[in-house]
Amino acid sequence: MSREPMLEVYIFEATQLMEQLEEISIECEKSKKIGTEAINEIFRVMHTIKSSSAMMMFNNISVLAHSLEDLFYFIRENKGETIDFENLFDLVLSGIDFIKGEVSKIQNNGEADGSSEILVLKSSSLLRNMKETNAEIIKNDSTEQKEDTKHYISSYQSGDEEGKQKYVARIFYEDGCEMENVRAYTVVHNLKNIANEIYHLPKDIIESNDSVEDIRKNGFLIGFSTSERKEKIEEQLNEIIFLKELELLQVEEYPPELKVLKRKKEIILDQPIETMKINKEETPPLTITGKQQSIISVNISKLDMLLDLVGEIVITEAMVTKNPDLEGLQLENFNKAARQLRKLTNELQDIVMSIRMVPVSMTFHKMNRIVRDMGKKLNKEVELEIIGEETEVDKNIIDHISDPLMHLVRNSLDHGLEEKEERIASGKPEMGKITLEAKNAGGDVFIIVRDDGRGLDKKSIYEKAKLQGLVTKLEEELTDKEIFSNILLPGFSTNETVTEYSGRGVGMDVVKKNIDSIGGTISIESSRGCGSEISIKIPLTLAIIDGLEVAVGKSKYTIPIISIRESFKPKENEVIADSDGNEMIMIRGEAFPIYRLHRIFNIKTEVTGSNEGIMVLVEDNTKAACLFVDSLIGEQQVVVKALPTYIKKAKGIAGCTILGDGNISLILDVSSILDR
Amino acid sequence: MAGVLDEIMEESEDTQKGKFLTFFVGKESYGIEIKFVTEIIGIQDITEVPELPIYVRGIINLRGKIIPVIDVRLRFKKEAKEYNDRTCIVVIDIKGISVGLIVDNVAEVINIDDSNIVPPPDIKTGFHNRYVRGIGKVGKEVNLLLDCDKLLTDGELDKIYETV
Repeated sequence: MSREPMLEVYIFEATQLMEQLEEISIECEKSKKIGTEAINEIFRVMHTIKSSSAMMMFNNISVLAHSLEDLFYFIRENKGETIDFENLFDLVLSGIDFIKGEVSKIQNNGEADGSSEILVLKSSSLLRNMKETNAEIIKNDSTEQKEDTKHYISSYQSGDEEGKQKYVARIFYEDGCEMENVRAYTVVHNLKNIANEIYHLPKDIIESNDSVEDIRKNGFLIGFSTSERKEKIEEQLNEIIFLKELELLQVEEYPPELKVLKRKKEIILDQPIETMKINKEETPPLTITGKQQSIISVNISKLDMLLDLVGEIVITEAMVTKNPDLEGLQLENFNKAARQLRKLTNELQDIVMSIRMVPVSMTFHKMNRIVRDMGKKLNKEVELEIIGEETEVDKNIIDHISDPLMHLVRNSLDHGLEEKEERIASGKPEMGKITLEAKNAGGDVFIIVRDDGRGLDKKSIYEKAKLQGLVTKLEEELTDKEIFSNILLPGFSTNETVTEYSGRGVGMDVVKKNIDSIGGTISIESSRGCGSEISIKIPLTLAIIDGLEVAVGKSKYTIPIISIRESFKPKENEVIADSDGNEMIMIRGEAFPIYRLHRIFNIKTEVTGSNEGIMVLVEDNTKAACLFVDSLIGEQQVVVKALPTYIKKAKGIAGCTILGDGNISLILDVSSILDR
Repeated sequence: MAGVLDEIMEESEDTQKGKFLTFFVGKESYGIEIKFVTEIIGIQDITEVPELPIYVRGIINLRGKIIPVIDVRLRFKKEAKEYNDRTCIVVIDIKGISVGLIVDNVAEVINIDDSNIVPPPDIKTGFHNRYVRGIGKVGKEVNLLLDCDKLLTDGELDKIYETV
């Protein structure tokens, strides 16, 4: 999949901007007001989309972006006026959807052939409506505004003016160095870091073509004020490439030709930019440069390759340092070097893992949109609370939780939250509340979807499950959690009526399947009338786990440490068997079934007596059991590899890993063994 | 053996046409198209994987890549034989799936013209007939030419998964 780099960048940029825009819009709509910052942001986004789309010849997108830009231009000019928020953001959001749709068409190598005409018409009619209500104010502002944007680019202002010296410099470039205007621009750009006001002649260096000639003839005149010392500035200016001549003077006042510029600018700066000025002052000038993190985007497959490679290195490191040839040798220096190597490989591994970590905030914020749209359709007022959005998880996992999360939020909205009247009748606040929470706990991440709706109906779930033959036990014998977990089974839906969003009984089992595939578990808690809570427990990362190596016959198996509760050597008389030969063991008054791994996997071994081997007590969510193995080998960090596709899936095996000696160890899938 | 392999790797796709790697399983000589063969390695430690058909002996670690190995003897329902230093694993790559075939020993690389390949007799008595796509004549000897696709994917595996 190689696309033109330009197109690639466009797609990336557009997708990001759209997501950013969506977030802003929903935030604004929720708070029913739109700040200057938000307006500027939206305006900026629309402007970028407009110009880059036009450049890429995606006219439909460009036209739509243009009309939305007009809209926000108007809003910016008339801030504080009453705005029809609902219509405005409905329009903006459908605009976003349209652009997103087109971009994804482009991404799939299709044609961006959708028509944005209707949206554009809507937009212009909305604009007309607004204009009519605010007709008078426009006249005053618009002319002035147009002028200032131009000048603002070429000037820069920050901080106060105390302790600053004014300088004037004239720069001549060597003959034939070409692109004088770009070079001049670089000078201005570099000075921005130290100077707090800059004026220069010719004033529009990049935009105008005459500037090149002008600089060649008259030199580039620049006036600025700074608190840096003269020598320092001189040093900096002398570093300019192709510099022929530099005059640097410390002055009390700028020369007349620059003064003209200054005065002109001051007038303009006074009014419309006021708010921008305030923004600048809020953040101290020093941090501006520090805050700009340099970020690159990397193809995920490259990261996967890197991770694989690091995994190989970890294995190879163990292969070298634990090489059987070294046994019994006194190798002081070798051991020292080996320790250093291990330290570095561990660090390398940590860093690679951290590269792949992404905060869940993006995924969480996408839910805002779903809550908004559905709340409107279903006529329910809902507030979405997000906790712990900065929690980081592996990129692979993020991709897998987005869909399940969407299902869960939809379910909560559709089934969980009651109608307004019902809520008021039961003494709850009119506005429903859905909470999305993410938190770290040990090696796991918990993602919790909570609502304060009507909760799950235990009885009807049980009855329905019984009717479909999903449960056989009596209701009294089952815990609440066990009953609730029935809704995760395929084909189960308690909702009598199928709605647009949910109720076909496919949602929850898809959720479960998705979560299962990343090694996560789901547990459901609910109390009637107070709401329900669905928590998803997922591992922090899939690629490297802590495992306990055990031996069964000649084979080696890895049991993930997270699922081990304890291991112990049983006494002969502790193991009891029922009439069917099912073995069990009592541990502190609780009976656990025993699974002998050599029997399950049909492995030849000499260790069969219960007191010869080792019991490993493993647990998974609700179930626990003892696994009987020959012996323990040790704890190890292992790199998880998938079984070859030809073998597909062997039951009870989650994957495999390569041990330090080059042998393969199979990783047990504890939950599927417990389900036997 | 390594020399044979190097020769194979150096040759381009075109010159691979009509070339077969021959190996023995029991008394019969089998041929496999050279373009499927990635490499030939000696027998290695095999990690057993539970709940697989008996002829899939398990998985091996081939320089960090994990590939399943099939015992051709067992695949053709012959008696199992103890592995010795002549036993080889022929690593083949079919449609991106790498699989190792355990064979008694590897013989040579030979040219067989299309004109010397005849279809197998149309009798269903021979139990491994369905894996043989043709019979190649070289001098007085005959080679059973294997159909790699069928060797790996004849639905038998799927059936086993369904019953498990």
